[in-house]
Parts: sequence; structure tokens; C-alpha cells
Amino acid sequence: QNYPLYIRSVPTENELKFHYTVHTSLDVVDEKISAMGKALVDQRELYLGLLYPTEDYKVYGYVTNSKVKFVMVVDSSNTALRDNEIRSMFRKLHNSYTDIMCNPFYNPGDRIHSRAFDNMVNSMMQQVC
Amino acid sequence: MEQGPAGGTGAATAAAAAAAAGTGGLLLPLSETEQQRYFELFSRCCPPPEAAAGGSSVGELFRASQLPPDTLHQITEVCGAKRVGYFGPAQFYIALKLIAAAQSGFPVRIESIKNELPLPRFMALKNDTEVRYGTPAELHGVKLQVPYATLEKNSYKRTDEKDKQEPKSPPMSPICSPPASPSTYQRIPLSYGYGKARSGLEQQHGAPYEVRHSTHQQDGPSSGNYGAKSALTCSTPNRSLSVEREQQDSSTHYSDDPWRITEEQRDYYVNQFRSLQPDLNAFISGSVAKNFFTKSKLPIPELSHIWELSDVDCDGALTLPEFCAAFHLVVARKNGYQLPETLPETLLPEYLQAASLKPMRDCALFDSYSEPLPGSQQTRDFSRAEKSSAEEVPDNSALLQDGKKDNKQALKVSTTLKTIPKEFQHLTVKTAAQESNALKARPRSRSYSSTSIEDAMKKGEEPPTPPPRPQKSHSRASSLDLNKIFQQNTQALRSGWLPPPPPALPPRPSVSQTEQPSEVDLHPQMNRPSSQAEENSSAKKEVVLAQPPSKPARRKLRTEAQGLETPELSPTINVTASKAHLPVQKQSSKQKRAIQTAIRKNKEANAVLARLNSELQQQLKEVHKERIALETQLEQLRPVTVL
Repeated sequence: QNYPLYIRSVPTENELKFHYTVHTSLDVVDEKISAMGKALVDQRELYLGLLYPTEDYKVYGYVTNSKVKFVMVVDSSNTALRDNEIRSMFRKLHNSYTDIMCNPFYNPGDRIHSRAFDNMVNSMMQQVC
Repeated sequence: MEQGPAGGTGAATAAAAAAAAGTGGLLLPLSETEQQRYFELFSRCCPPPEAAAGGSSVGELFRASQLPPDTLHQITEVCGAKRVGYFGPAQFYIALKLIAAAQSGFPVRIESIKNELPLPRFMALKNDTEVRYGTPAELHGVKLQVPYATLEKNSYKRTDEKDKQEPKSPPMSPICSPPASPSTYQRIPLSYGYGKARSGLEQQHGAPYEVRHSTHQQDGPSSGNYGAKSALTCSTPNRSLSVEREQQDSSTHYSDDPWRITEEQRDYYVNQFRSLQPDLNAFISGSVAKNFFTKSKLPIPELSHIWELSDVDCDGALTLPEFCAAFHLVVARKNGYQLPETLPETLLPEYLQAASLKPMRDCALFDSYSEPLPGSQQTRDFSRAEKSSAEEVPDNSALLQDGKKDNKQALKVSTTLKTIPKEFQHLTVKTAAQESNALKARPRSRSYSSTSIEDAMKKGEEPPTPPPRPQKSHSRASSLDLNKIFQQNTQALRSGWLPPPPPALPPRPSVSQTEQPSEVDLHPQMNRPSSQAEENSSAKKEVVLAQPPSKPARRKLRTEAQGLETPELSPTINVTASKAHLPVQKQSSKQKRAIQTAIRKNKEANAVLARLNSELQQQLKEVHKERIALETQLEQLRPVTVL
């Protein structure tokens, strides 16, 4: 089951739409995981091409070894976002996630309430926007 | 009756007269100092030119006076605010005088304020004018020094002993404590209700306090201690003990910083650490720490946040300074302080490590080295990582491992030797627990290796050169970023970017008190690179690169160790060298020689590792090329997914 551990969107309007997008993209991620077979350790990238006809935004995906999926939805008008930037953002997410894992008071599978994580995500999103 | 404040001391005198009129003809004598102080307080609560003080700020101020609420009500009534409905200057001044009277133990009556009274004391004012307002000096450092047993309700007794900051207010008699005077908590304005609530908690005051002194090794008494720490009512044994303690602490001129750990507290924390982990230089694992801190009965999210704050290297374990910081935060939280968003400077592991080494008078040195903590650590680290990718700082040494260790050592420094085998056990356990993927394992193992190494390297990083704080970086994170960047070399974006073999990044074991640790450490250093092949080297490389953008202050540690000097560092080096003299002079020349031999050995090790690093880098490049080829093949073979 793919319940969200953490979800954040900036700006906050249309948040529900982003949530929906993220949820639907989980299917694609799962598909990719199964397709990869055993070589799933790489950071992967969801196709740039998830473009709805009306809105245009891109959805990127990233999976960790423990099957924790990071999904990022970015606005396509933000063309300055290059591939490696996305990758670096996923790296940051992954690092922060591992930091949270270090915390003995965190039970894997809980929702993430860490302030450090929040700060990191916020700062990252501010950079993009 | 009320004359609108005309501003200036005229208002004070006017208020005095008004006070006289307001109280039905009672002439309220206010001395010059009193007038001035009252006026300051009044203007704080009610910025001129308003006529009346804001109710909330006045309420806050009154609560800060640590008087029981019914006394405050009485005061409000007596001073006439209730009657007129607001706090005019007259009422305010009368109220202040009454507060002074109440704090002196006099009943709240108009008559009592006719006497000559000391200035009222307000404990929990936030700004530095606390001193002016006569808050006792012991406040913070002293206050937290007796964290558990003495949530001291009696501030007055302490002012007896420690009234150095308030020459004007005579020492209050310890006897006449107003009924149920709350504990003195300084900076953060505690709501009085909280103080009451705390007193309502478990009340094992005297007993835990005594137990605290004994070395409680069992969990039983310690847990009982822990529970009792939360709230205390004052009792005479506590008071007397705390007074002694305060007298001791007054000697250590602690500034009134609630986040500063006093010597006593530190000793207590160290004892607690020992009870959990006999070796002071090893880690406390996450689960052990979790059990321990859970005993404090703080809510789990808060404990989680405390952990995040204190575990600066995010390795899932606490070293001694990390543990002290975490413990201190727990104590502060239990005593009503809100947890900060970022770790205060005085709780940083480097600071704690260095502070444990040098006497307090060298705190000034720390301040000169330290940089203000920006926002979260991570944002800084990432910005640093990104900067590092942009700027190729040539003065990285080839000793990536050393660089990493240096990073960590900057975080944690202690004079004691490490048991190397222990660190390695720790390392292997941790690496095994992590993801199996080499990629992912790389950063994690590196972090553990680094922490273990730096623990191993913690040799007397002594007083003169407190490691610059900002180094509590995610070296792991930064290196991971750059790692991935290398991974992406498949697109040959950065294939051309080969960081030049970093010039000697001096290893951390700069000034070591003994040689043995250095030798033993050198071995692990060499073992590790060979064991982890190119992955480590590439990772470390980025770590090293990440470090240069960081503070030159850290380099001064290393350069001092190795004598490697870059122009920009020379001034800092001089500083550190001079500072190194201070403790060195105190030691025998034999130790100097030992240090020098250790330095030489480290240099040799550096050279070896530099060579190794360059070789590994070559291997890494080749492996990258192979990977690129394989990936292109894979892409061709993979069925195209159509949306």
C-alpha cells in the first residue's frame, strides 16, 4: 500500500490536484519498479512527459532501496529546471529521509513530522519557485 | 488623577504625585532610582505616548515577578487599576512598588510601600534589561545548573549569595519568602500556571537530589530520578544544596544563557552517559538513548525533535557532547523552555567538546571562531555542497578520509583516547544495518566510518583551537550529492571535471596528546580505503570538496597540525599557533615531542593516502565509463513504455 508519509505543495492552491497527480503517478512508478527487476537501486526518473493536455507540469519519481517513493511535481513553465537539478533535489530528499530514519524515535511508516525535514523541503521549494 | 505621561522623567515624578493622589492622598515616595526603573518598566509595557499600559504586557511583567497570582490580584486591586480599569502610570508605579514589597515579604498594603524598598525583581523578562531590573544573576547558568532537584522556588536565597549584578537591591532575606514563590526561570516568560503545574507534578525533591549526587548506575534510581526531575517543590535541603551549587557556579562566570551547560550539569550528564555506556568516548546507540529519554516522559514528537537537534551528524547514535546536548534540551523542555528550531551554539558538539577541555575563560575564543548558526543545518550543507561543486577549491588534501574525519572531528573532540576496536565494531554494525546498495551504502558507511574515525581521532583537540562550529555538516549529504553528480557523468556533463588532487587537507589529528591513537588511527585510515575501493574515494573526494567552502577556521586546525599553510590561512594559523602555545606550555616538552612525531607520522600517512586517492580516482573514472556503456545498452534493450 502506498500511503503518503509526507506531502507538501507550494503554492497551496490546487493542492488537491497535485495530490491526485501524485497518487496517479504512483502507478507509473510501480510499473517501472517491476520492469526494472533487480537493478532497482539506481535513482530513476519518471518520464518527463507526464503532461496533461490542459496543464503542463512534469512529474518526477525516485525510489529508494526500501521502496520509499519520492514523487515531485513541477511546473513545466519552469523550464530552468534541468535534469540534474531534479536529481539533486531527490538526493536532498533522500538524505533528509535517511536523517529522519536515524532518529530512534521515528517509526518507519509514520508520517514525517520532522521540522528539519520541513525546513529542507521548504527551502528546496523556495529555490525552485 | 492620572496625568498622561508627558514623557521623560517628568512623567515619573508626575506619576509619583499622581500616585499619591490616586491612592487617596497617600504620598508615595519614590527614590530616584526607583523612579527611573519604574519609568523604564512602564515604557516597556506601554510605549509612550499612550496613557495606559497594555494589560497583557503588564500582566506578563507582573507574572515575571514570580509572585503568586493572588498576590498579583491583590496588588492590582490595591494600586487602583481595578478601580480605574487600566494601568495608568500611577497605578503602574504603585503596583511596582507593591511587587517590590511583596517580594520582600511585606504584605500587600499601601502602608508597606511607604518604606524604603528594594526594586522589584522580574525574572522572566526577555531582554537584557533583566539585569537592570534586578533579576538575579544566577538565573540562567545557575538556574539550570540544578536542573532537576531544584526548580527553585526561592530565588531570594540565591540572591543572597549571588547578587553581584544587582548592587542596588539589597540581598533579600531568605526567610521571608512569599508564599509559594515559583521557581525562577529566566529568559522565557513562564506562565505562572506552568509553574504551578510543575509543582503539581511528582514531588520527590530531596531524595532525587541526593541520589543525583551518587553515581546511580541502575536504571531504577535513575529512572526515578528522571521522573522526579521534572518538577520540584522547594525544600530546605534542596535550597541549601542549590545554594552551595550556585556559589560554586558563580565562580564560573556563566552568562545568563539557558542553553549553556554548567559544570554541574555537565558532570551530571557525563555520569548519566556512563550509566548507559561505560566508555565515555563511545556512542550511545539510538535504541538505548531512546529508552533513556523516553523515561523523561516527554512526548515522542518532542523527543524526536530533540534528537534531530542534538544528533548533528545524524548517525543514529549519540556521542558524549551530543548526549549532553540532548539531555540539556530535555531538561530545558521539562523546565518549560520551548525547544529551539536549531541547536543553540552552546549546545553544539564541537562547543561542548572544546568546552569540556578548556576552562571557561577561553569561551571568548570560541566566540571568535564560531559563526552564527544559520537556518537548518541541512540547508547550509546543501548550499555548501552546491557551492563546492561550483568552486573547486584546490586546497583540499588528498586525504579525503582525513578530510572527512576532520569534518567530524570538528564536531566532536575530546581529550580522551578512543578504543579503536570499539569504533570499528560500531562501524561495521552500522554499515550492515544500512541499505545493501553500494551507492546508498556509500554515504552511510562513510558517515559511520567518519564518525568512528573521528572518534578515534579525538585526541586532545585541545583548547586553543575549538573546531569551528559550522562544520557540523552533512558531509555525508554533501558527498552524496557530489557522488550522484559523478554518477550522472553518464551524460558526460561533468566528465571533464576532475577535481585536482586536493592539496593536503591536513588530517584531523592535529595536535595529539599521545602518539598511540594516531598510529592506530592511521591504520584504520589505510585499511578503510583499500577495503571500500573507489567508492569511498569518490565519496570522500566530494566530502573534501564540500569542506573547502566551509570555514577557514577549520583549516586552521589542520594546518596547524601539518604546517601546511596557504596564504589565506596564514593569519589564522598564527592565531591558532599562538593559542596552541598556551596549553602546550603547560605540558611537558616530552609531550611536545610526542606531538611532533605524531604530526610527522600523520604527514606520512597523508602522503600515502593522497597517492591512494589519486589511484582510486582513476579507477573510478574507468568504472564510470563502463557504466555509461552498460546503461546505454540497457536503454536500448528496455521496452519502451508508452503513456
